[in-house]
Amino acid sequence: MIQKFSLLYFLLILSPFVFSQDCDLSISGQIIDIHDNTPLQGAVVVIQGTDSVSYSDENGYFEINAICKGLLTLTVTHPYCETQTRKITLTEDTKINFKLEHHLEELNEVLLKGKLYDTELNSSISSQIKTDELERFSNASLGDALKSISGVSSLNTGSSIVKPIINGLHSSRVLIINDNVRLHDQQWGEDHAPNVDINSAANVTVIKGASALKYGGDAIGGTIVIEPQKAPIKDTLIGKTILNGATNGRGGTLSSSLIKANSSGFNYRIQGSLKRLGDLKAPDYQLTNTGQQENNISLGVGLNKIDYGVDFSYKLTNSEIGILRASHIGNSRDLVNAINRKEPFFSDDFSYSINNPKQEVTHQIFKLNTFKRLKNIGEVSLQYSFQNNDRLEFDVRRGGRSDNAAMDMNLKTHTLIAQLEWTELKDFHSDFGIEFNAQTNSTNPNTGVRRLIPDYNMYSAGIFATTIYSLTENWKIDAGVRYDFNTIDADKFYQTSRWQNLNYDRLFPEFEVENFGNQILTNPNFDYHNISGVIGATHRFKNGWKLISNIGSASRAPNPSELFSDGLHHSLSSIEFGDLQLDSEQSVKAGVGLQGEVDNFGFSIQPYYNYIYNFIILEPDGIETTIRGAFPLYSYRQTDARLYGIDVSASYTYQNFDILSNLAYVNGQDISKDEALINMPPFNMSNTLTYTKTDWNNFYLSVNSQFVAKQNQFPDNNFNTDIVNTTTGDFESVMVDISSTPEAYHLLNLSTGFEFEMKSKKVSLNLNINNLLNTNYRDYLNRLRFYADEVGTNAMLQLKLNY
Amino acid sequence: MKTIKLLSLSLIALVTFSACSDDDETPQLINEEEVITTLNVYLTTSGGTEELAFSYRDLDGDGVNPEIKTSTLSANTIYSGRVEFLNELESPAEDITEEVREEAEEHQVFYVPSSALNVTTQYQDLDANGNPIGVDFSLETNASSSGNMTIFLIHEGDKSAEGASEGILSDSVGGETDIQVTFNVTVE
Repeated sequence: MIQKFSLLYFLLILSPFVFSQDCDLSISGQIIDIHDNTPLQGAVVVIQGTDSVSYSDENGYFEINAICKGLLTLTVTHPYCETQTRKITLTEDTKINFKLEHHLEELNEVLLKGKLYDTELNSSISSQIKTDELERFSNASLGDALKSISGVSSLNTGSSIVKPIINGLHSSRVLIINDNVRLHDQQWGEDHAPNVDINSAANVTVIKGASALKYGGDAIGGTIVIEPQKAPIKDTLIGKTILNGATNGRGGTLSSSLIKANSSGFNYRIQGSLKRLGDLKAPDYQLTNTGQQENNISLGVGLNKIDYGVDFSYKLTNSEIGILRASHIGNSRDLVNAINRKEPFFSDDFSYSINNPKQEVTHQIFKLNTFKRLKNIGEVSLQYSFQNNDRLEFDVRRGGRSDNAAMDMNLKTHTLIAQLEWTELKDFHSDFGIEFNAQTNSTNPNTGVRRLIPDYNMYSAGIFATTIYSLTENWKIDAGVRYDFNTIDADKFYQTSRWQNLNYDRLFPEFEVENFGNQILTNPNFDYHNISGVIGATHRFKNGWKLISNIGSASRAPNPSELFSDGLHHSLSSIEFGDLQLDSEQSVKAGVGLQGEVDNFGFSIQPYYNYIYNFIILEPDGIETTIRGAFPLYSYRQTDARLYGIDVSASYTYQNFDILSNLAYVNGQDISKDEALINMPPFNMSNTLTYTKTDWNNFYLSVNSQFVAKQNQFPDNNFNTDIVNTTTGDFESVMVDISSTPEAYHLLNLSTGFEFEMKSKKVSLNLNINNLLNTNYRDYLNRLRFYADEVGTNAMLQLKLNY
Repeated sequence: MKTIKLLSLSLIALVTFSACSDDDETPQLINEEEVITTLNVYLTTSGGTEELAFSYRDLDGDGVNPEIKTSTLSANTIYSGRVEFLNELESPAEDITEEVREEAEEHQVFYVPSSALNVTTQYQDLDANGNPIGVDFSLETNASSSGNMTIFLIHEGDKSAEGASEGILSDSVGGETDIQVTFNVTVE
């Protein structure tokens, strides 16, 4: 039996050689665009390992003659499409048709007027996530996807509210640019997630530091640029639908997008997604009230000619997010009990219902953009955008008030940006721009809860100039400068006793408007001038390696939360007070990036040093005893801060295997107090081993190991408070440990999938399993880490359809 | 030229837009609705008249400069007592005690004397589930002593936790502390 098989194998292996004398066969066929079945001209068909090449004609036809019998590998390439490889055993003249898929990102770059922000141009130190990777996070959030970049972490409130941290900095220090519009969505709050539908993004770029001056001068941490799928200038219909189902939360996401483009340049786009998730589960218990719902839609219509264009778009994101019930507590005694309890006090059976405490946020963006190419100059563009952010926060309340939002804020922002891109001067590429902003925050007075952020009007204007000079073929130098003016005019009610207690009645008597007895109406009014700039150089070595270095300085005016916030935060049972005396922060950051390849080994190393003058810190400032018990009081302080760190990533490919490693370390220090900065991401490392087999319908299997160390550098914000021992009735001094950091943890994640064709549509099926071993852990950067463990195993099945 | 026109036009639009949305009227004053400014404890000796024995008033509700009233209790006496919660920011003052009674299943008042204080309390009221609320109670003093008495109002705690029905506030009661006030009590 074995012998027979051996003989068969022997013959099979031998067969190509045995019959290879026959060399007069031909392969012909047609190459078609998978989206609209139009023929593709100019595709290159190559038989690997031979000189046989054919180009498809205007009808998409190709033909290769004089081929020998045997096993062949055909490769079809086209500038706008993804390369396709097919193996065939040739025994006679054969007809094969190829259906090619657009290479979507490159399509944007080739056919349109470049990307919104071209990181290749200047010395910005950046990383990018492309569509394939983003699609894996279709059921998660932008912040989750960004964590796959080394040096980017997240500040979480539970597991649904995820804020990106770039090199240790977050919130107002990170600008988020969605489709060329800077997001104004009350981004100052640590529990306010960016209002971006990850399913609307085609790629996301993270620029570490102040380099992206055109978007703002206050990027102390960095800038995140989200670009949607754009329409090509050709007759086509591009569609995509992704369906996700998740075991943890027992729900999923449905996302769909459609782009209709025309060779005249006219196009329209529609994209939407729905998300429904119930309570999540930690390994040992249900995380009660952690469900969420999202409804997102974006629409666009545009006319895109080579030398001019107009585009209008509208985006709506609407989310309702439950906040872990157990994290809503009364006073310091409750906090101590919660920390000691180790398990959440409230843990019910699984439910889809989202109860209080919860957030309901609706964000809308209207954008009108136009550009025109000018002979001998370059291009001018003008963009107007309007953003409307409605935020409702519901609290656990007494007396049937729970249906009434405890916080009801509306933020409207109008922005006008005019830009000139001057490219006609030899060796120079320059950008000039001017930006105006008008912002109004208004609050609903019927909440029955004093405003956390007051009503205000803010006007700002910015002007910038950047240029890139190509010194030689391998050396580029770039520089930029930006000036921003900012004026804020607020109407705020202070409790009279607080106003006097903070000494404001002596410091700012000019702000007092009217005294209502126990509250006083004030009109704080501030102007800020901010100057930012960047200078850098890029060198490309002969072996292809690239060295980038830059020094940037960002300047940020204090945000409304830092100036005015006033009230109780239930999740940490802390009373937070803004400070009217804050000045702008100014950072100076030096960064270097070296990237290159040696054979199958690729690497990128990005060390940095960031010194921030007048860094604004929120820290405990005593205890306050009210009728509700004792609370830690948090107030803002300014100090000089120093951060340094390194982001490394490396990849290695061996046959069908590849390994990708990312690691990041950051060290932050409060210089004047000589202690560590709070909420610095601990050392973390991620290693992914992937096996890919193109022959098996692009099958892949990938195992990811994620290690997060214990953060040993943290400030001691613990405080002592007298807590009644409820057994003896005596007061005892108890230390409230809010500083200690959770232990290190290690997670395994698995993902696998393959693609197939069904009725000429490309279908892919993927399975992602997060936290495969159902590990119990808590994360330092989760604001609810005192109350419950993180989410346990979550298996997500994803079906993706491209058409 | 066209660009400049377009630019200026947009600028005008921006100014108009922002002018429209700019409400120059001063914002409305919000009086904190859920605030409890005042806790009053009334005690009555048998055959006597009701007297305000203990009171904590913080008219801002923010802990700065509260007014605290205590009084001396007689030794070896049984008082019948009731507690009252008010929001005196409203005019007339809002009686929060009614809210507590309406949501009796979600609320419980605990009276915790310190070990030095020779005082015991007993619940004198029940919610629909037969668990104590603690708005009405009785207080018994023993020999002369002095010490602290802390009064808690717990929201959404576990009323069936061990000892809760006897007024023992163990950690397993959980919930959220809505009120926590301590009085210095002297028994003579």
